[in-house]
Amino acid sequence: MTRVYVAGIGLLGPGLPAWADAGAVLRGEAVLQSGEVAIPAATSLPSAERRRASAATRLAIAVGQEALHQSGHAASDLATVFAASGADGDTIHAILGVLATAEREISPTRFHNSVHNAPSGYWSLAHAAMAPSTSLCGFDGSFAIGLLDAAVQATVDARPVMLIVYDLAYPEPLAAVRPIGAAFAVALVLTPHRDDRTVASLTLALHHDGAAGTGMADASLEALRLGNPAARSLPLLAALAMGGHAEVGIERIGSACLRISVAPP
Amino acid sequence: MHPLRISHMCVASSLGNGLDALLAALQSGRGGLRPCTFEASAVPTYVGAVDALDAMELSADLALFDCRNNRLAELALRQDGFEVAVRAARLRHGATRIGLFLGTSTSGILEGEHAYQGRDPETGALPGNFHYSTTQNTFSLAAFLQRRLGISGPALVVSCACASTAKAFGNAARMLAAGLCDAAIVGGADSLCLTTLHGFASLNLTAPGPCRPAAGDRDGISIGEAAGFVLLERGPPRAGDVLLLGIGESSDAYHMSSPHPEGAGALLAMARALASAGLGRDDIDYVNMHATATPVGDAAEDRAVFELFGTAVPCSGTKGQTGHTLGAAGILEAIISALAIHHQFAPGTANTEAIDTAFRSRYLLDSTPLRIQRVISNSFGFGGSNCSLVLGATE
Repeated sequence: MTRVYVAGIGLLGPGLPAWADAGAVLRGEAVLQSGEVAIPAATSLPSAERRRASAATRLAIAVGQEALHQSGHAASDLATVFAASGADGDTIHAILGVLATAEREISPTRFHNSVHNAPSGYWSLAHAAMAPSTSLCGFDGSFAIGLLDAAVQATVDARPVMLIVYDLAYPEPLAAVRPIGAAFAVALVLTPHRDDRTVASLTLALHHDGAAGTGMADASLEALRLGNPAARSLPLLAALAMGGHAEVGIERIGSACLRISVAPP
Repeated sequence: MHPLRISHMCVASSLGNGLDALLAALQSGRGGLRPCTFEASAVPTYVGAVDALDAMELSADLALFDCRNNRLAELALRQDGFEVAVRAARLRHGATRIGLFLGTSTSGILEGEHAYQGRDPETGALPGNFHYSTTQNTFSLAAFLQRRLGISGPALVVSCACASTAKAFGNAARMLAAGLCDAAIVGGADSLCLTTLHGFASLNLTAPGPCRPAAGDRDGISIGEAAGFVLLERGPPRAGDVLLLGIGESSDAYHMSSPHPEGAGALLAMARALASAGLGRDDIDYVNMHATATPVGDAAEDRAVFELFGTAVPCSGTKGQTGHTLGAAGILEAIISALAIHHQFAPGTANTEAIDTAFRSRYLLDSTPLRIQRVISNSFGFGGSNCSLVLGATE
């Protein structure tokens, strides 16, 4: 068992413009209004990098900023764990398209944006953060493995850790072989000890009993959950929005399910 | 951190299959770089290719995973009795208690490149034989090994460019410390593809000839491909074991594709690795440098290594022999460092005739017998991602 404390939350998805505005929908008090996800500019970046940052990077940074603000931590003190299945589909599509032509002339900016850890690089630039940062992939289990890895790092290294999980739709023709719904991203600041910013504790364990993960009762939220690997976080976010005790299962790490006991501070 | 046993290793690279072939090449100075003919690429450069991959086959039940990157992983798994060691570990610990902590930068993107070349001219659709999730996706490597080795503990793929497989040791060490697994398979694969070949060429970072790390007239990297895995276990060390003693990770926070010119991030990674191992600079006998042969990267690392070790500790870079195997460089050079400890020698810096006169660290040009108890191995990547490992002999 691994126990960590949530000190900050960030959220951006269709009809969910920020964690601060998502409570009513996540508690089932309001209906999810679907719509385009407006990904803000990464104003924390220097202007040259701001121009080069792709939508994937801006999406990741947006939720990170919201969670950071709530947590009261300095970004430079936080280790970071980024997790995504496909990361930057637009950039990969553009590179694969160029490589199918006779010239094969890739743009250097596209090439450095194509690395899975591009958002991590931009985040560290934005905050002059030299703390350890990793970038993970767990396919549809990217949220579960990202959360587990971040929580383990917070407890083993006894330091606060920022988790950022994000994914965006691939453009066609990749979308046909890897359909990902609307852009979705979530950030959690996790600390090893309770403090005055703690909003909940999470106790994590891996279960190999074949149990399925928790779904969302509301059909549109359930469609959202299944449509984007980062949105597999929705059952946990709903429990955090409710604010009480809850048991949540997040599929899947290999054949295992990540079981989370959520408790108030 | 508590030392962890590296109980088994396996490897495949352009220097050959298995530990013995790698060791023989490192001791003789034989190189694996040849003029690039990969995928009819017009990039004038040398590569460290594993020629056997073209004719390899995965077993029929794993056919969906078939791609150059997973073939390379398979080739490594078949070496050095590694499968037998994993089977024994599975019996000892149980399949759910063995974790997979892997790294790759480009996974099976070559399949995506082929699929885009084969798009339907009318509809633009990708060909029906393209299996994205089991080849191109970054997690493909872990899904392949889960099936191939029959293990089901925590599994992740680190993709931090050229620091990927070095950093995977950190994820493994932390999961072992937290008790979420009892043994860990750490490593990964990176294979040749047009994305990296043309991508590095677009940045003017590919050398026209075999790369020359730390040379005064160095002119860029030679891309290579490799796979390697180690089995990491807790428990009392046995005589002859090599141990993972420490790991240090840092971010440059400087530039996306260019290292901090003074090597600040590299220095921080090495200092954190020493702190994690509870060691001082005097405890290190050899530094396996990242040394990719780019003008800026090698200069930055030289500054960092000199600042920490002065001229007291011999160092070298092995990419003149293996090529820069990108995301696999961390595991390949961790294995090279373990061989250096086992066999009491330091590899040389192949292809380099004269060290840059501005450099101040103590480079070894040729493979040299050396008393080595502890090694630092450096891996640095795009996005300013840095990782240093400390490996050592049992006391």
